[in-house]
Amino acid sequence: MANYFSDHPEIAFHLNHPLMKRIVELKERNYEDAKTYDYAPVDLGDAIENYKQILDITGDVAANIIAPNSESVDLEGPHLENGRMIYASKTVENIEAMRKAGLFGVSMPRRYGGLNLPNAIFSMLSEIISAADAGFQNIWSLQSCIDTLYEAGNEDQRQRYIPRICAGETMSMDLTEPDAGSDLQRVMLKATFDEKENCWRLNGVKRFITNGDSDIHLVLARSEEGTKDGRGLSMFIYDKRNGGVDVRHIEHKLGIHGSPTCELTYKNAKAELCGSTRLGLIKYVMSLMNGARLGIAAQSVGLSQEAYNEGLAYARERQQFGDKIINFPAVYDMLSRMKAKLDAGRSMLYQTACYVDIYKCLEDIARERALTPEEKQELKKYQRLADAFTPLAKGMNSEYATSASTAAAASSWSTSASASTATPASSASTRVPPSCRSSPPSVISSTAPCSRTSRT
Amino acid sequence: MALKIVVLAKQVPDTRNVGKDAMTAEGTVNRSALPAIFNPEDLNALEQALRLKEQNPGCTVGVLTMGPPRAGEIIRQGLYRGADTGWLLTDRLFAGADTLATSYALATAIKKIGDVDIVIGGRQAIDGDTAQVGPQVAQKLGLNQVTYVEEVQGVQEVQGVKKVTVKRVIDGGVETVEAPLPVVLTVNGSAAPCRPQNAKLVMKYKRATCPLERPAEGTAYDNLYEERPYLTLNQWSVADVDGDPSQCGLAGSPTKVKAVKNIVFQAKESKTLTASDADIEGMIKELLVEKIIG
Repeated sequence: MANYFSDHPEIAFHLNHPLMKRIVELKERNYEDAKTYDYAPVDLGDAIENYKQILDITGDVAANIIAPNSESVDLEGPHLENGRMIYASKTVENIEAMRKAGLFGVSMPRRYGGLNLPNAIFSMLSEIISAADAGFQNIWSLQSCIDTLYEAGNEDQRQRYIPRICAGETMSMDLTEPDAGSDLQRVMLKATFDEKENCWRLNGVKRFITNGDSDIHLVLARSEEGTKDGRGLSMFIYDKRNGGVDVRHIEHKLGIHGSPTCELTYKNAKAELCGSTRLGLIKYVMSLMNGARLGIAAQSVGLSQEAYNEGLAYARERQQFGDKIINFPAVYDMLSRMKAKLDAGRSMLYQTACYVDIYKCLEDIARERALTPEEKQELKKYQRLADAFTPLAKGMNSEYATSASTAAAASSWSTSASASTATPASSASTRVPPSCRSSPPSVISSTAPCSRTSRT
Repeated sequence: MALKIVVLAKQVPDTRNVGKDAMTAEGTVNRSALPAIFNPEDLNALEQALRLKEQNPGCTVGVLTMGPPRAGEIIRQGLYRGADTGWLLTDRLFAGADTLATSYALATAIKKIGDVDIVIGGRQAIDGDTAQVGPQVAQKLGLNQVTYVEEVQGVQEVQGVKKVTVKRVIDGGVETVEAPLPVVLTVNGSAAPCRPQNAKLVMKYKRATCPLERPAEGTAYDNLYEERPYLTLNQWSVADVDGDPSQCGLAGSPTKVKAVKNIVFQAKESKTLTASDADIEGMIKELLVEKIIG
C-alpha cells in the first residue's frame, strides 16, 4: 500500500540529523514521562522509533485517505451557511481520520494529552500531509498556534484549551484586516474590557483569515485606546463556543480551495487575554509567524515532492519521437533540477526546524528551572540561527515549490503541444494532481499551474 | 451496555497485487513472496466492533486469530486501532487446518473466552475466499448468525433481551434485520473502512508480542515485559483451549487439495434456474460432468 513516508526515504534520512540526539534529550528530560504515560519513550532509540511510527501512520493516512479525497475537496471547496463556514465534505472526513489517528496537538506535552513531538517531526508530518493535499495541510498545521498559547498563556488557559486541541479541535490566527495586511501595526479590531462580565469584548473585522471559522482563535486586537502602533496591540483567545464572531465571506482563491480563507465580523465577542497586554504583536505574533513560516516551508517541500513525482512519472511513461521523453536532455535537465532543489529545500527545512527545537526546548526548561550558563549560551546560539534560517527556509522553499509545480506542468504541456492532435492537451492536465494545482499561499504566479484550474 | 465482542481476524498473503512468483510450481500459494496483511474484510469487521465500543461504554473488543507466531501482528494491528485485548491460537497441532478445523479451533477458543455477546468477522479471507468459517463458528456454538453485514446499527435491551440491529446486503439492495444476542456476524467489504492506527496506541503497544514471537537471545527492552504485563499477548495452544487434537489442524481437515487448475470460462450464454430440486440437481450433475466441482 502506498505510504507517503516510507515511499520517500529522503524524509527518514533527516531523523539521523546530528542535532536529533540533543533534541530528544532536551525534549524527553531523562525519560521521566515513561513512568506516567504508557506511550512515552524509555530511551533515545525508543523515541526515534516512536517518531518513525507516527510518521508511518501519517504517511498511510496521507496516501490512502487525504490524497484520494484531494480532488473532490478542491472541486467542492468550503461554503458559507448562515454565517458559518462549512468544510468540503471530504475535508470533514480528513479531519476525522487525523483525529482517530491521534494526530492533533502533537507538539504539546503529554500532561495535556499531546505527543511531545519536536518541531522537526511536526514539520515532517506537515510535509507529508501537504504532498497529499496542500490545502488540508493549512487546516491541520494551524494546530501549531497552540505552541503560542502554551508559551504565552497561563496554566489555567493551558489546561482549558490544550486538551481540546489534542482531541482534534482546530485553530486559526486572526491577524490581518482590510487595512492591515503586511503592516500589522495598523490593526484596528477593538478590545475593550467588560467590567460587568469581567472579560474582554472584541469588535471589528478581520480579513484573509485561514481556517477562520476554527474552534479556538488567537486574535490580535487593539486593547490600548488612543494608540496607533504595534505597542497598543494585545493577543486574545476567542472560543467559538462563546459566539460573537460570524463569517461574512469566503475568498475565491486560485488554488488550495479546500482551505477556507475567511472574512470575520466580531460583534461584542467574548474573549480572554493571552499573556500580557501590549505584547500582542511584538512578542506573540512574532512567535506565531515564525511557526507559520516553518509551516509554509514544510507545505512547499511536500508540494515540490508531489510535483516532482508527477513530472517524473509522466516523463517515464510519455513517448514522443520514438523515445520516452525522460531521455530528452531538456526534460531530464528539468527533472534533475527539480530534484536538486527539492532535496536542498528539504535539508534547509529540517536544519531550521532542528535549530528551532533546541532553543524552544531550552526556553521551556527555563520555565521550570534556571538554565546553566552553558545552556544559556546554547539557547542564544540556536535562537540566532533559527531567526536567520526561518525566513530563508520559507522563502526558498515556497519559490522552489512554485517552480517545481510549473516545471511539472510544463514537462507535460510542452510535449503535448508538440504532439500530434491524437494527444489532446486535456490528457496532460489530468497528470497534474490536485495538490500541484495549489500554489503556496504566499506565492501567486500567473505561470503557476493553479491558474489552469482557477475558479475566478 | 457493556458487551463482550470478539473479532475474528486472519493474517493472509496480500493477493491483491500478485507478481510472477505468487504461486509455487505445485500450484499452492507462495506465502514468502507475498506480504502478510490483515484480511481486508476482517478490518471492516473490526471497525464495526470499535464503533459498537464507542456507542456502548464498558464494551471490550478482543481480536482472535489463528496462525504461526508472526500472526501476533494481527493482534497488534487490532490494539493499534482500539481493541482491548487479543488471543493468538498457535500450535503445530493447529497447522494445515481447512475451514472445518479452523472453525472448530475458533469455536473452542470462544467457549474458553466465555460470555461473548458478539462474534464478528469478515465475510471471507482473500486467500481462500470460502466464506465458510464465520457461519461454521456460529453452527458449532449454536448461535444465530447474520451474514453480509454492512452496518451494525446498534444494540438495544428490550425486556431483558439484548438485540442487535444490522443492515445487510442482499441481491439488489439492503435489508435491516434484528437478532438476539449472542450472535455471529460476518461483514461485507462494502462496510465502512477501518479507522487508521492511533499514534498513542501504536507507541503503547509497539513491543507487545506473544512469547513465541520473541527472539531467544532476548531484546534490549526485555525488562519492559515484567513492568508492563499488557505487552505480553495471550498465546493459546490446543491444550489451552481444551481442544481435541483429532479435530484440529491437518488431522481435523477432511479437505484435501488434489490439484489446482486454471479454469477459463468460455461459454458466453447464461442459464436461469429455478429453486426447484430438479433444477439444482441438474446443475450439480452438470458441474460434476464438467469437472468444475468434485
